[in-house]
Amino acid sequence: MVFDAIAALGRVVIAACGWTGRLALFALDGISHLVRPPFYGRMFVRALVEIGYFSLPVVALTAVFTGMVLALQSYTGFSRFSAESAIANLVVLSVTRELGPVLAGLMVAGRVGAAMAAELGTMRVTDQIDALSTLSTNPMKYLVTPRLLAAAIALPLLVVVADIIGVMGGFIIATAKLGFNPYVYLHNTIAFIETMDVVSGLVKAAVFGFLIALMGCFHGYNSRGGAEGVGAATTAAVVAASVLILAFDYGLTEMFFSR
Amino acid sequence: MSGAVPLIRLRGLRKAFGSKQVLDGIDLDIATGTSLVIIGGSGSGKSVLIKCILGLIVPDEGVIEIDGINLAGLSGQAREKIRARFGMLFQNAALFDSLAVWENVAFGLLARHQITRKEARAAAVDVLAQVGLGPEIAALYPAELSGGMQKRVGLARAIAARPDILFFDEPTTGLDPIMGAVIDGLIVDCVKRLGSTAVAITHDMASARRIGDRAAMIYGGRIVWQGPAGDLMASGNPLVDQFTHGRREGPIQMELRR
Repeated sequence: MVFDAIAALGRVVIAACGWTGRLALFALDGISHLVRPPFYGRMFVRALVEIGYFSLPVVALTAVFTGMVLALQSYTGFSRFSAESAIANLVVLSVTRELGPVLAGLMVAGRVGAAMAAELGTMRVTDQIDALSTLSTNPMKYLVTPRLLAAAIALPLLVVVADIIGVMGGFIIATAKLGFNPYVYLHNTIAFIETMDVVSGLVKAAVFGFLIALMGCFHGYNSRGGAEGVGAATTAAVVAASVLILAFDYGLTEMFFSR
Repeated sequence: MSGAVPLIRLRGLRKAFGSKQVLDGIDLDIATGTSLVIIGGSGSGKSVLIKCILGLIVPDEGVIEIDGINLAGLSGQAREKIRARFGMLFQNAALFDSLAVWENVAFGLLARHQITRKEARAAAVDVLAQVGLGPEIAALYPAELSGGMQKRVGLARAIAARPDILFFDEPTTGLDPIMGAVIDGLIVDCVKRLGSTAVAITHDMASARRIGDRAAMIYGGRIVWQGPAGDLMASGNPLVDQFTHGRREGPIQMELRR
Protein backbone atom coordinates (compact mmCIF):
# COMPACT_ATOMS: atom_id res chain seq x y z
CA MET A 1 0.00 0.00 0.00
CA VAL A 2 2.72 2.45 1.03
CA PHE A 3 4.92 1.28 -1.81
CA ASP A 4 2.07 1.76 -4.28
CA ALA A 5 1.68 5.34 -3.14
CA ILE A 6 5.42 5.94 -3.41
CA ALA A 7 5.46 4.37 -6.88
CA ALA A 8 2.56 6.58 -7.97
CA LEU A 9 4.32 9.63 -6.60
CA GLY A 10 7.48 8.60 -8.42
CA ARG A 11 5.60 8.28 -11.70
CA VAL A 12 4.13 11.76 -11.25
CA VAL A 13 7.57 13.24 -10.48
CA ILE A 14 9.16 11.51 -13.48
CA ALA A 15 6.33 12.67 -15.76
CA ALA A 16 6.68 16.23 -14.43
CA CYS A 17 10.45 16.17 -14.99
CA GLY A 18 9.94 14.84 -18.52
CA TRP A 19 7.36 17.54 -19.29
CA THR A 20 9.62 20.27 -17.91
CA GLY A 21 12.55 18.99 -19.94
CA ARG A 22 10.54 18.82 -23.16
CA LEU A 23 9.18 22.32 -22.53
CA ALA A 24 12.67 23.70 -21.85
CA LEU A 25 14.07 22.15 -25.04
CA PHE A 26 11.10 23.46 -27.02
CA ALA A 27 11.64 26.98 -25.61
CA LEU A 28 15.39 26.89 -26.31
CA ASP A 29 14.78 25.67 -29.86
CA GLY A 30 12.25 28.46 -30.42
CA ILE A 31 14.58 31.13 -29.00
CA SER A 32 17.60 29.84 -30.92
CA HIS A 33 15.90 30.63 -34.24
CA LEU A 34 15.85 34.32 -33.30
CA VAL A 35 19.51 34.50 -34.31
CA ARG A 36 19.51 31.91 -37.12
CA PRO A 37 18.19 33.01 -40.54
CA PRO A 38 15.95 32.87 -42.44
CA PHE A 39 13.57 35.14 -40.53
CA TYR A 40 9.86 35.25 -41.26
CA GLY A 41 9.05 38.94 -40.84
CA ARG A 42 5.60 38.53 -42.35
CA MET A 43 4.67 35.91 -39.74
CA PHE A 44 6.07 38.13 -36.98
CA VAL A 45 4.02 41.15 -38.07
CA ARG A 46 0.92 39.00 -38.42
CA ALA A 47 1.39 37.63 -34.88
CA LEU A 48 2.10 41.11 -33.52
CA VAL A 49 -1.14 42.47 -34.98
CA GLU A 50 -3.11 39.42 -33.80
CA ILE A 51 -1.74 39.54 -30.27
CA GLY A 52 -1.36 43.28 -29.79
CA TYR A 53 -3.89 45.13 -31.89
CA PHE A 54 -6.79 42.68 -31.66
CA SER A 55 -6.36 42.25 -27.88
CA LEU A 56 -6.65 45.99 -27.28
CA PRO A 57 -10.44 46.07 -26.68
CA VAL A 58 -10.50 43.29 -24.11
CA VAL A 59 -7.42 44.60 -22.30
CA ALA A 60 -8.74 48.17 -22.31
CA LEU A 61 -12.12 47.12 -20.94
CA THR A 62 -10.48 45.04 -18.22
CA ALA A 63 -8.18 47.89 -17.27
CA VAL A 64 -10.83 50.61 -17.12
CA PHE A 65 -13.18 48.58 -14.94
CA THR A 66 -10.31 47.46 -12.71
CA GLY A 67 -9.24 51.09 -12.16
CA MET A 68 -12.85 52.08 -11.41
CA VAL A 69 -13.36 49.25 -8.91
CA LEU A 70 -10.02 49.96 -7.25
CA ALA A 71 -10.97 53.61 -6.69
CA LEU A 72 -14.37 52.67 -5.30
CA GLN A 73 -13.13 49.92 -3.01
CA SER A 74 -10.15 51.83 -1.70
CA TYR A 75 -12.37 54.83 -0.96
CA THR A 76 -14.63 52.58 1.12
CA GLY A 77 -11.68 51.38 3.18
CA PHE A 78 -9.53 54.53 3.32
CA SER A 79 -12.37 56.86 4.25
CA ARG A 80 -12.62 55.06 7.60
CA PHE A 81 -9.10 56.29 8.41
CA SER A 82 -9.42 59.66 6.67
CA ALA A 83 -6.79 58.50 4.18
CA GLU A 84 -8.72 59.27 0.98
CA SER A 85 -5.76 61.17 -0.43
CA ALA A 86 -3.91 57.86 -0.79
CA ILE A 87 -6.44 56.54 -3.32
CA ALA A 88 -4.59 57.98 -6.32
CA ASN A 89 -1.37 56.45 -5.05
CA LEU A 90 -2.96 53.03 -4.50
CA VAL A 91 -4.64 52.99 -7.89
CA VAL A 92 -1.54 53.89 -9.86
CA LEU A 93 0.76 51.51 -7.96
CA SER A 94 -1.71 48.62 -8.12
CA VAL A 95 -2.34 49.08 -11.82
CA THR A 96 1.25 49.60 -12.96
CA ARG A 97 2.93 47.04 -10.73
CA GLU A 98 0.38 44.24 -10.59
CA LEU A 99 -3.06 44.47 -12.06
CA GLY A 100 -2.08 45.89 -15.44
CA PRO A 101 0.37 43.11 -16.37
CA VAL A 102 -1.42 40.28 -14.58
CA LEU A 103 -4.92 41.01 -15.84
CA ALA A 104 -3.71 41.82 -19.34
CA GLY A 105 -1.72 38.57 -19.25
CA LEU A 106 -4.70 36.53 -18.15
CA MET A 107 -6.94 38.12 -20.76
CA VAL A 108 -4.40 37.55 -23.54
CA ALA A 109 -3.82 33.99 -22.31
CA GLY A 110 -7.53 33.30 -22.71
CA ARG A 111 -7.77 34.96 -26.10
CA VAL A 112 -4.43 34.46 -27.82
CA GLY A 113 -2.97 31.44 -26.00
CA ALA A 114 -6.08 29.43 -26.79
CA ALA A 115 -6.06 30.58 -30.42
CA MET A 116 -2.39 29.66 -30.85
CA ALA A 117 -2.90 26.20 -29.36
CA ALA A 118 -5.98 25.61 -31.52
CA GLU A 119 -4.30 26.82 -34.73
CA LEU A 120 -1.08 24.87 -34.26
CA GLY A 121 -2.98 21.85 -32.95
CA THR A 122 -5.18 21.81 -36.04
CA MET A 123 -2.12 22.21 -38.24
CA ARG A 124 -0.54 19.25 -36.46
CA VAL A 125 -3.48 16.86 -36.79
CA THR A 126 -4.11 17.84 -40.43
CA ASP A 127 -0.45 17.26 -41.44
CA GLN A 128 0.13 20.95 -42.19
CA ILE A 129 3.18 21.00 -39.90
CA ASP A 130 4.61 17.96 -41.72
CA ALA A 131 3.85 19.72 -44.99
CA LEU A 132 5.99 22.68 -43.89
CA SER A 133 8.93 20.32 -43.36
CA THR A 134 8.52 18.84 -46.84
CA LEU A 135 8.62 22.38 -48.26
CA SER A 136 12.06 23.17 -46.80
CA THR A 137 10.61 25.21 -43.97
CA ASN A 138 11.46 24.58 -40.33
CA PRO A 139 8.11 24.60 -38.49
CA MET A 140 9.66 25.91 -35.28
CA LYS A 141 11.24 28.81 -37.15
CA TYR A 142 8.08 29.57 -39.15
CA LEU A 143 5.35 28.99 -36.58
CA VAL A 144 6.81 29.24 -33.08
CA THR A 145 9.64 31.79 -33.04
CA PRO A 146 7.63 34.69 -34.57
CA ARG A 147 4.85 34.09 -32.03
CA LEU A 148 7.24 34.00 -29.06
CA LEU A 149 8.88 37.25 -30.13
CA ALA A 150 5.62 38.97 -31.03
CA ALA A 151 3.97 38.07 -27.72
CA ALA A 152 6.99 39.23 -25.69
CA ILE A 153 6.84 42.60 -27.49
CA ALA A 154 3.06 43.02 -27.77
CA LEU A 155 2.15 42.43 -24.14
CA PRO A 156 4.30 45.30 -22.73
CA LEU A 157 2.72 47.58 -25.34
CA LEU A 158 -0.72 46.41 -24.23
CA VAL A 159 0.24 46.99 -20.60
CA VAL A 160 1.28 50.58 -21.34
CA VAL A 161 -2.23 51.11 -22.69
CA ALA A 162 -3.76 49.19 -19.75
CA ASP A 163 -1.80 51.33 -17.27
CA ILE A 164 -3.04 54.57 -18.78
CA ILE A 165 -6.64 53.40 -19.11
CA GLY A 166 -6.65 51.80 -15.64
CA VAL A 167 -5.47 55.03 -14.04
CA MET A 168 -8.04 56.92 -16.09
CA GLY A 169 -10.74 54.58 -14.78
CA GLY A 170 -9.77 55.42 -11.21
CA PHE A 171 -9.61 59.11 -12.12
CA ILE A 172 -13.13 59.07 -13.58
CA ILE A 173 -14.66 57.47 -10.49
CA ALA A 174 -12.64 59.61 -8.08
CA THR A 175 -13.57 62.88 -9.75
CA ALA A 176 -17.07 62.18 -11.09
CA LYS A 177 -18.45 60.07 -8.24
CA LEU A 178 -16.30 60.61 -5.15
CA GLY A 179 -15.82 64.36 -5.52
CA PHE A 180 -12.02 64.51 -5.82
CA ASN A 181 -10.38 67.55 -7.35
CA PRO A 182 -9.10 66.44 -10.79
CA TYR A 183 -5.89 68.46 -10.51
CA VAL A 184 -5.06 67.10 -7.05
CA TYR A 185 -5.83 63.53 -8.09
CA LEU A 186 -3.56 63.73 -11.14
CA HIS A 187 -0.88 65.49 -9.12
CA ASN A 188 -0.95 62.70 -6.51
CA THR A 189 -0.84 60.08 -9.23
CA ILE A 190 2.22 61.57 -10.92
CA ALA A 191 3.97 62.50 -7.68
CA PHE A 192 3.92 59.02 -6.24
CA ILE A 193 4.73 56.90 -9.25
CA GLU A 194 8.36 55.93 -9.85
CA THR A 195 10.08 54.67 -12.96
CA MET A 196 10.60 51.26 -11.37
CA ASP A 197 6.85 50.84 -10.85
CA VAL A 198 6.25 51.07 -14.57
CA VAL A 199 9.40 49.23 -15.66
CA SER A 200 8.72 46.28 -13.37
CA GLY A 201 5.22 45.98 -14.83
CA LEU A 202 6.56 46.06 -18.38
CA VAL A 203 9.22 43.44 -17.63
CA LYS A 204 6.52 41.26 -16.10
CA ALA A 205 4.40 41.78 -19.20
CA ALA A 206 7.23 40.70 -21.50
CA VAL A 207 7.76 37.54 -19.45
CA PHE A 208 4.01 36.83 -19.36
CA GLY A 209 3.75 37.36 -23.12
CA PHE A 210 6.56 34.89 -23.72
CA LEU A 211 4.93 32.36 -21.36
CA ILE A 212 1.53 32.70 -23.06
CA ALA A 213 3.00 32.12 -26.53
CA LEU A 214 5.22 29.31 -25.25
CA MET A 215 2.29 27.46 -23.68
CA GLY A 216 0.05 28.01 -26.69
CA CYS A 217 2.70 26.87 -29.16
CA PHE A 218 4.00 23.96 -27.04
CA HIS A 219 0.61 22.42 -26.42
CA GLY A 220 -0.63 23.04 -29.94
CA TYR A 221 2.55 21.83 -31.62
CA ASN A 222 2.51 18.59 -29.62
CA SER A 223 -1.22 17.90 -29.77
CA ARG A 224 -2.38 14.47 -30.84
CA GLY A 225 -5.60 12.66 -31.62
CA GLY A 226 -7.85 14.83 -33.76
CA ALA A 227 -10.44 17.31 -32.54
CA GLU A 228 -10.39 15.98 -28.97
CA GLY A 229 -6.61 16.36 -28.82
CA VAL A 230 -6.80 19.92 -30.12
CA GLY A 231 -9.45 20.75 -27.51
CA ALA A 232 -7.31 19.27 -24.74
CA ALA A 233 -4.27 21.20 -25.99
CA THR A 234 -6.24 24.46 -25.99
CA THR A 235 -7.45 23.92 -22.42
CA ALA A 236 -3.99 22.91 -21.23
CA ALA A 237 -2.41 25.96 -22.89
CA VAL A 238 -4.76 28.42 -21.17
CA VAL A 239 -4.59 26.73 -17.76
CA ALA A 240 -0.79 26.36 -17.84
CA ALA A 241 -0.27 29.94 -19.02
CA SER A 242 -2.62 31.31 -16.33
CA VAL A 243 -0.93 29.38 -13.53
CA LEU A 244 2.55 30.29 -14.78
CA ILE A 245 1.60 33.98 -15.00
CA LEU A 246 0.56 33.99 -11.35
CA ALA A 247 3.62 31.99 -10.25
CA PHE A 248 6.06 34.15 -12.21
CA ASP A 249 4.28 37.27 -10.96
CA TYR A 250 5.20 36.31 -7.42
CA GLY A 251 8.78 35.49 -8.40
CA LEU A 252 9.27 38.73 -10.32
CA THR A 253 7.68 40.79 -7.54
CA GLU A 254 10.13 39.22 -5.10
CA MET A 255 12.96 40.03 -7.48
CA PHE A 256 12.00 43.68 -7.96
CA PHE A 257 10.62 44.74 -4.61
CA SER A 258 11.70 42.42 -1.77
CA ARG A 259 13.89 44.18 0.72
CA MET B 1 17.56 -2.65 -61.52
CA SER B 2 20.44 -5.02 -60.95
CA GLY B 3 23.85 -3.35 -60.99
CA ALA B 4 22.58 0.25 -60.93
CA VAL B 5 22.28 2.11 -57.63
CA PRO B 6 18.56 2.48 -56.87
CA LEU B 7 17.33 6.03 -56.34
CA ILE B 8 15.73 5.01 -53.04
CA ARG B 9 17.18 2.09 -51.10
CA LEU B 10 15.74 0.88 -47.78
CA ARG B 11 17.38 -1.81 -45.70
CA GLY B 12 16.19 -3.29 -42.40
CA LEU B 13 13.93 -0.33 -41.62
CA ARG B 14 12.28 -0.76 -38.23
CA LYS B 15 9.98 1.53 -36.30
CA ALA B 16 7.88 0.84 -33.20
CA PHE B 17 5.38 3.03 -31.39
CA GLY B 18 5.32 1.77 -27.81
CA SER B 19 4.84 -1.98 -27.98
CA LYS B 20 3.49 -1.90 -31.55
CA GLN B 21 6.13 -2.78 -34.12
CA VAL B 22 4.88 -0.94 -37.21
CA LEU B 23 7.87 -1.45 -39.50
CA ASP B 24 9.74 -4.68 -38.88
CA GLY B 25 12.61 -4.82 -41.33
CA ILE B 26 11.57 -3.14 -44.58
CA ASP B 27 13.86 -3.87 -47.54
CA LEU B 28 12.96 -2.04 -50.72
CA ASP B 29 14.71 -0.67 -53.82
CA ILE B 30 13.08 1.95 -56.04
CA ALA B 31 14.77 2.63 -59.36
CA THR B 32 14.94 6.05 -61.00
CA GLY B 33 11.86 6.82 -63.07
CA THR B 34 9.74 4.12 -61.44
CA SER B 35 6.20 4.73 -60.23
CA LEU B 36 5.87 2.43 -57.24
CA VAL B 37 2.54 1.88 -55.52
CA ILE B 38 2.62 0.53 -51.98
CA ILE B 39 -0.55 -1.20 -50.84
CA GLY B 40 -1.48 -2.57 -47.45
CA GLY B 41 -4.21 -2.52 -44.82
CA SER B 42 -5.04 0.34 -42.49
CA GLY B 43 -2.38 0.66 -39.82
CA SER B 44 0.07 -1.49 -41.74
CA GLY B 45 2.71 1.25 -41.70
CA LYS B 46 2.48 2.64 -45.24
CA SER B 47 2.31 6.26 -44.10
CA VAL B 48 5.01 5.67 -41.48
CA LEU B 49 7.26 4.26 -44.21
CA ILE B 50 6.84 7.35 -46.39
CA LYS B 51 7.31 9.67 -43.42
CA CYS B 52 10.55 7.86 -42.55
CA ILE B 53 11.86 8.45 -46.09
CA LEU B 54 10.78 12.10 -45.93
CA GLY B 55 12.55 12.51 -42.58
CA LEU B 56 9.35 13.35 -40.70
CA ILE B 57 9.72 10.25 -38.50
CA VAL B 58 13.07 8.93 -37.29
CA PRO B 59 13.30 5.14 -37.69
CA ASP B 60 14.56 3.01 -34.78
CA GLU B 61 16.90 1.03 -37.04
CA GLY B 62 17.77 0.61 -40.67
CA VAL B 63 19.21 2.43 -43.64
CA ILE B 64 17.52 4.95 -45.93
CA GLU B 65 19.61 5.91 -48.94
CA ILE B 66 18.78 8.44 -51.63
CA ASP B 67 21.09 8.12 -54.63
CA GLY B 68 23.47 6.11 -52.45
CA ILE B 69 23.57 8.75 -49.69
CA ASN B 70 22.57 7.51 -46.24
CA LEU B 71 20.15 10.04 -44.72
CA ALA B 72 21.07 9.03 -41.17
CA GLY B 73 24.57 10.45 -41.51
CA LEU B 74 23.56 13.83 -42.90
CA SER B 75 23.78 17.19 -41.16
CA GLY B 76 20.92 19.70 -41.30
CA GLN B 77 21.97 21.48 -44.50
CA ALA B 78 22.91 18.33 -46.42
CA ARG B 79 19.65 16.71 -45.34
CA GLU B 80 17.76 19.80 -46.48
CA LYS B 81 19.44 19.56 -49.88
CA ILE B 82 18.15 16.00 -50.24
CA ARG B 83 14.73 17.01 -48.95
CA ALA B 84 14.52 19.74 -51.59
CA ARG B 85 14.36 16.91 -54.15
CA PHE B 86 11.08 15.67 -52.62
CA GLY B 87 7.50 16.66 -53.32
CA MET B 88 4.62 15.34 -51.25
CA LEU B 89 0.85 15.19 -51.73
CA PHE B 90 -0.71 14.51 -48.33
CA GLN B 91 -3.83 12.42 -47.81
CA ASN B 92 -6.06 15.41 -47.06
CA ALA B 93 -3.92 17.79 -49.12
CA ALA B 94 -2.74 19.52 -45.89
CA LEU B 95 -3.10 22.96 -47.44
CA PHE B 96 -2.24 25.92 -45.20
CA ASP B 97 -5.63 27.35 -44.16
CA SER B 98 -4.33 30.84 -43.55
CA LEU B 99 -2.75 31.23 -46.99
CA ALA B 100 -4.37 31.82 -50.37
CA VAL B 101 -4.18 29.06 -52.97
CA TRP B 102 -1.32 30.71 -54.88
CA GLU B 103 0.67 31.16 -51.66
CA ASN B 104 0.18 27.47 -50.89
CA VAL B 105 1.39 26.47 -54.35
CA ALA B 106 4.34 28.86 -54.31
CA PHE B 107 5.32 28.12 -50.71
CA GLY B 108 8.22 25.82 -51.61
CA LEU B 109 9.39 28.18 -54.36
CA LEU B 110 9.52 31.10 -51.94
CA ALA B 111 11.29 28.96 -49.34
CA ARG B 112 13.87 27.45 -51.68
CA HIS B 113 14.48 30.07 -54.33
CA GLN B 114 15.26 33.76 -54.28
CA ILE B 115 12.19 34.97 -56.15
CA THR B 116 9.80 37.84 -55.53
CA ARG B 117 6.21 37.29 -54.47
CA LYS B 118 5.07 38.61 -57.85
CA GLU B 119 7.20 36.02 -59.66
CA ALA B 120 6.02 33.34 -57.25
CA ARG B 121 2.39 34.17 -57.93
CA ALA B 122 2.94 33.98 -61.70
CA ALA B 123 4.69 30.62 -61.27
CA ALA B 124 1.85 29.37 -59.06
CA VAL B 125 -0.76 30.30 -61.69
CA ASP B 126 1.27 28.36 -64.30
CA VAL B 127 1.41 25.27 -62.08
CA LEU B 128 -2.30 25.53 -61.26
CA ALA B 129 -2.98 25.43 -65.01
CA GLN B 130 -1.03 22.17 -65.21
CA VAL B 131 -3.51 20.58 -62.78
CA GLY B 132 -6.52 21.99 -64.59
CA LEU B 133 -7.26 24.99 -62.36
CA GLY B 134 -7.75 28.50 -63.70
CA PRO B 135 -6.13 31.72 -62.46
CA GLU B 136 -9.36 32.73 -60.70
CA ILE B 137 -8.66 29.98 -58.14
CA ALA B 138 -5.33 31.54 -57.12
CA ALA B 139 -6.80 34.15 -54.79
CA LEU B 140 -9.21 31.79 -53.02
CA TYR B 141 -8.52 30.16 -49.67
CA PRO B 142 -8.46 26.36 -49.13
CA ALA B 143 -11.74 26.42 -47.17
CA GLU B 144 -13.48 27.75 -50.30
CA LEU B 145 -12.47 24.75 -52.41
CA SER B 146 -14.08 21.33 -52.87
CA GLY B 147 -12.19 18.17 -51.84
CA GLY B 148 -11.16 17.45 -55.43
CA MET B 149 -9.91 21.00 -55.97
CA GLN B 150 -7.96 20.84 -52.72
CA LYS B 151 -6.28 17.66 -53.96
CA ARG B 152 -5.38 19.41 -57.22
CA VAL B 153 -3.94 22.37 -55.33
CA GLY B 154 -2.01 19.92 -53.12
CA LEU B 155 -0.67 18.27 -56.26
CA ALA B 156 0.27 21.66 -57.70
CA ARG B 157 2.13 22.49 -54.49
CA ALA B 158 3.95 19.14 -54.61
CA ILE B 159 5.17 19.63 -58.20
CA ALA B 160 5.75 23.41 -58.14
CA ALA B 161 9.46 23.16 -57.34
CA ARG B 162 9.89 20.39 -59.97
CA PRO B 163 11.04 17.70 -57.52
CA ASP B 164 12.60 14.52 -58.87
CA ILE B 165 10.97 12.30 -56.22
CA LEU B 166 7.23 12.58 -55.62
CA PHE B 167 5.26 10.97 -52.79
CA PHE B 168 1.49 10.51 -52.78
CA ASP B 169 -0.34 9.50 -49.60
CA GLU B 170 -3.68 7.96 -50.59
CA PRO B 171 -4.34 10.52 -53.34
CA THR B 172 -7.91 9.40 -54.11
CA THR B 173 -9.21 8.89 -50.56
CA GLY B 174 -12.45 10.79 -49.98
CA LEU B 175 -13.06 11.50 -53.67
CA ASP B 176 -15.79 10.14 -55.91
CA PRO B 177 -14.61 7.60 -58.53
CA ILE B 178 -14.63 10.09 -61.39
CA MET B 179 -12.66 12.71 -59.47
CA GLY B 180 -10.35 9.92 -58.27
CA ALA B 181 -9.64 8.98 -61.88
CA VAL B 182 -9.06 12.65 -62.75
CA ILE B 183 -6.53 13.03 -59.92
CA ASP B 184 -4.79 9.80 -60.93
CA GLY B 185 -4.58 11.04 -64.50
CA LEU B 186 -3.06 14.32 -63.34
CA ILE B 187 -0.55 12.45 -61.18
CA VAL B 188 0.52 10.27 -64.12
CA ASP B 189 0.80 13.33 -66.40
CA CYS B 190 2.83 15.29 -63.84
CA VAL B 191 5.19 12.39 -63.11
CA LYS B 192 5.78 11.86 -66.84
CA ARG B 193 6.23 15.55 -67.58
CA LEU B 194 8.73 16.04 -64.74
CA GLY B 195 10.44 12.70 -65.35
CA SER B 196 10.14 12.08 -61.61
CA THR B 197 10.26 8.92 -59.56
CA ALA B 198 6.97 8.41 -57.73
CA VAL B 199 6.00 6.53 -54.60
CA ALA B 200 2.28 6.31 -53.85
CA ILE B 201 0.42 4.53 -51.09
CA THR B 202 -3.20 3.62 -51.57
CA HIS B 203 -6.03 1.25 -50.68
CA ASP B 204 -7.69 1.92 -54.01
CA MET B 205 -6.84 -0.91 -56.44
CA ALA B 206 -8.09 0.97 -59.51
CA SER B 207 -5.92 3.92 -58.50
CA ALA B 208 -2.94 1.61 -57.86
CA ARG B 209 -3.16 0.18 -61.39
CA ARG B 210 -3.56 3.62 -62.94
CA ILE B 211 -0.66 5.29 -61.11
CA GLY B 212 1.89 2.53 -60.72
CA ASP B 213 4.13 0.62 -63.02
CA ARG B 214 5.37 -1.41 -60.05
CA ALA B 215 3.63 -2.37 -56.82
CA ALA B 216 4.61 -3.66 -53.39
CA MET B 217 2.54 -4.88 -50.49
CA ILE B 218 3.36 -4.23 -46.85
CA TYR B 219 2.04 -6.61 -44.21
CA GLY B 220 3.25 -7.35 -40.69
CA GLY B 221 5.77 -4.54 -41.00
CA ARG B 222 7.53 -6.11 -44.01
CA ILE B 223 7.33 -6.03 -47.78
CA VAL B 224 5.66 -9.36 -48.54
CA TRP B 225 5.38 -8.98 -52.32
CA GLN B 226 6.54 -6.73 -55.11
CA GLY B 227 6.15 -6.90 -58.83
CA PRO B 228 4.59 -5.19 -61.85
CA ALA B 229 1.45 -3.22 -60.99
CA GLY B 230 -0.35 -5.08 -63.77
CA ASP B 231 0.07 -8.33 -61.80
CA LEU B 232 -1.64 -7.00 -58.68
CA MET B 233 -4.96 -8.78 -59.28
CA ALA B 234 -3.29 -12.08 -60.15
CA SER B 235 -0.06 -12.06 -58.16
CA GLY B 236 -0.24 -15.64 -56.95
CA ASN B 237 0.59 -14.38 -53.44
CA PRO B 238 -2.25 -15.31 -51.04
CA LEU B 239 -1.78 -12.14 -48.97
CA VAL B 240 -1.95 -9.88 -52.03
CA ASP B 241 -4.83 -11.84 -53.54
CA GLN B 242 -6.93 -11.56 -50.39
CA PHE B 243 -6.20 -7.84 -50.10
CA THR B 244 -6.75 -6.91 -53.74
CA HIS B 245 -9.98 -8.92 -53.97
CA GLY B 246 -11.20 -7.72 -50.57
CA ARG B 247 -11.91 -11.21 -49.19
CA ARG B 248 -12.74 -11.62 -45.52
CA GLU B 249 -11.26 -15.12 -45.40
CA GLY B 250 -7.57 -15.67 -45.91
CA PRO B 251 -4.18 -15.38 -44.28
CA ILE B 252 -4.65 -11.70 -43.33
CA GLN B 253 -6.32 -11.45 -39.96
CA MET B 254 -7.59 -7.92 -39.35
CA GLU B 255 -7.15 -6.57 -35.85
CA LEU B 256 -10.72 -5.94 -34.74
CA ARG B 257 -9.76 -5.51 -31.12
CA ARG B 258 -6.71 -4.07 -29.46
